Amino acid sequence: MNPVAHRLSLWLLLAPFLLWMLLLVIVPHLQMLWVSFHVRESWDSSVWGVAQYQTFFSESYYWRTFVRTGVMSLFTTLLTLIVAFPVAWYIARLARGRSKGLLFAACLIPFWASELVRTYGWMILLRESGLISTWLQFVGLTDAPVEMLYNDIAVMTGLVYNGLLFMVVPLVTTLDGLDESLVEAGYDLGGNSWTVLQQIVIPWTMPGITSGCIVVFMLTLGSYLTPVLMGGKDSAWFTEQIFTQFITRFNWEQGAALGVLLLVLSSALVWLGLRLSGQSFRRVMG
Amino acid sequence: MTPANADRKSVDGEPVNREDGDRNCADLECRGLVRRFGDTAAVDHISLTIPPGQFFSILGPSGCGKTTLLRMLAGFEQPDSGDIYIRDQRMNEVPPNRRPVNMVFQHLALFPTMTVAENIAYGLRRQGVKTAERQQRIKQVLAQVGLPELSDRNPHQLSGGQRQRVALARCLVLEPTLLLLDEPLGALDLKLREQMKIELKHLQKTFGTTFVYITHDQSEALVMSDQVAVMRQGRFDQLASPEELYHNPATPFVASFVGDNNRLPGRVTSVQNGIAAITLANGQSVQGRAAEPGVAAGAAVDLFVRPESMSVKQDHPQQSLTRLSATVSTTLFDGANSRLEMRVGDQTLYARLPQDGRLGAYSAGSVAELSWDPRRAPVFLSGTG
Ligand SMILES: Nc1ncnc2c1ncn2[C@@H]1O[C@H](COP(=O)(O)OP(=O)(O)O)[C@@H](O)[C@H]1O
Ligand SMILES: [Mg+2]
Repeated sequence: MNPVAHRLSLWLLLAPFLLWMLLLVIVPHLQMLWVSFHVRESWDSSVWGVAQYQTFFSESYYWRTFVRTGVMSLFTTLLTLIVAFPVAWYIARLARGRSKGLLFAACLIPFWASELVRTYGWMILLRESGLISTWLQFVGLTDAPVEMLYNDIAVMTGLVYNGLLFMVVPLVTTLDGLDESLVEAGYDLGGNSWTVLQQIVIPWTMPGITSGCIVVFMLTLGSYLTPVLMGGKDSAWFTEQIFTQFITRFNWEQGAALGVLLLVLSSALVWLGLRLSGQSFRRVMG
Repeated sequence: MTPANADRKSVDGEPVNREDGDRNCADLECRGLVRRFGDTAAVDHISLTIPPGQFFSILGPSGCGKTTLLRMLAGFEQPDSGDIYIRDQRMNEVPPNRRPVNMVFQHLALFPTMTVAENIAYGLRRQGVKTAERQQRIKQVLAQVGLPELSDRNPHQLSGGQRQRVALARCLVLEPTLLLLDEPLGALDLKLREQMKIELKHLQKTFGTTFVYITHDQSEALVMSDQVAVMRQGRFDQLASPEELYHNPATPFVASFVGDNNRLPGRVTSVQNGIAAITLANGQSVQGRAAEPGVAAGAAVDLFVRPESMSVKQDHPQQSLTRLSATVSTTLFDGANSRLEMRVGDQTLYARLPQDGRLGAYSAGSVAELSWDPRRAPVFLSGTG
């Protein structure tokens, strides 16, 4: 094939992807950025300005929710990692043959249901008249119904559950490649389980940990249904505010500004995470 | 055949660095070790004793249980029965990280996320060696294995031979009582392997550490070892010095596995003073040394004679030599290792050619007169392995 034809076929292959990126990612974001710097004067005229951003910083409710969402997402990511690591270790290194596939499927099956159904599942379990509450009363641990929904712990539980698969998959992939003799050498040279984990297993798994954390963090930060349905009055999520601005208040300018801020926050935190863990984006995703 | 006490006389390598004066205390003693996987015993009642400073090899074909035995010594496998003692301390229940034993893994297992220096530092840190001393010892051990400049490289930036040396340094810096090596030269190309063989032997002598080396390559075992145990199907066939193994194999398996050998099946006609007269399938009569009690008149036997034990076409063979005529098939020129391929009946035979370069004298189809000293040709009952 001559170079021109080669280039052409490459472009043709890339075209759908580039089109997708352009139409669904770049254009909406530019539009959002553009809208966010407009300040409405009357119902049909507007001028350039940063009023929306000023509102964000002056209204403590906005930036408090913003910080809360960031911190809770980080915490959720960490929790997901802690829960997913032993699961991934078991699937990658201890399970053999059929049981390996079955375990993987067990992680995957919940994702056949939509997020709504999964969240509803948690609600059935946790609500005042739910299974756990009824059971606790039946066993006699409590006298009155217990409400376990509508608080931060409930939200976190739902979010960890949503993120689990996206953490387990990259961890299993990297742990699969870890040579058993490296672990044995770690013990042979005098290490205990903790030092082997910390000095050998975790450095090896770092690319998987980082990519899993990035995905789960992004998913959590941008999730909407779980925090709305399972969170209480005080556990507002930042996406809820964006929704409110766009849909309830029809204040697209404010909504766009909040959307831009969320994008900046997630990018900044991912960048920071990569720097702190000494990984490069190319190595993690490549 | 459980040579529990290795012949101490043949321990020629006096340890250099070792200061402890207790000569009676073996570095390693195993008694009746057994490890089963399902119904088959991978290691089947192995007993051995290794005195300090020895280069001990376990030689056997792949799948005979060498790795399983070594992993029991390191603590990664538990014996089903039997005991392991290191310097008179029972080790059976001691976990791998508490044993005074280090292992060079088959594929080396250098930590890919660490530099050479960090790889070596890992074990020292676990021992709680302070930073200054640690750096000093890393520097020293790298110099000893001949890699003084590479401490900041990553393992994947090293050549095969260099990685080998780092893996050795990583273990030797910890001054273990016992260093276990699982076919460490297997991944190297032939030339490097020859070089590393000699280097390993020298390193072992300088460090004075007891080496337990496993290999399926008989030449590695012969070149490096003070003692060699030949292993087959989980058992030791023979435990002896390399010379002894080579010249006095205890079983037909050892005779054919260690070094090149020709096997001639036949039937014993008589045995006198330990020398058996044998009639070969084609009717020729030769002599060999009866190596088993069962070798008696009428027994079906195999005679083993090495290519270099035979002289080809000597005009006046001595009286004590036995003679055999063979038909030349071809000559195999390989420098100092040139051989003559011949046929006796339907058996193929190889003999080392004399070093005077007269290859042309043996054309295909000509008859070569072979002769050998019967004492250097052991005779075993056929079908005993
Ligand atoms: N973990 C295991 N499970 C089942 N069988 C094993 C295991 N490890 C080794 N074996 C069997 O034990 C025998 C000896 O293996 P091994 O010690 O690795 O031999 P070598 O190192 O001499 O090649 C082989 O038949 C092998 O299949
Ligand atoms: Mg092996």
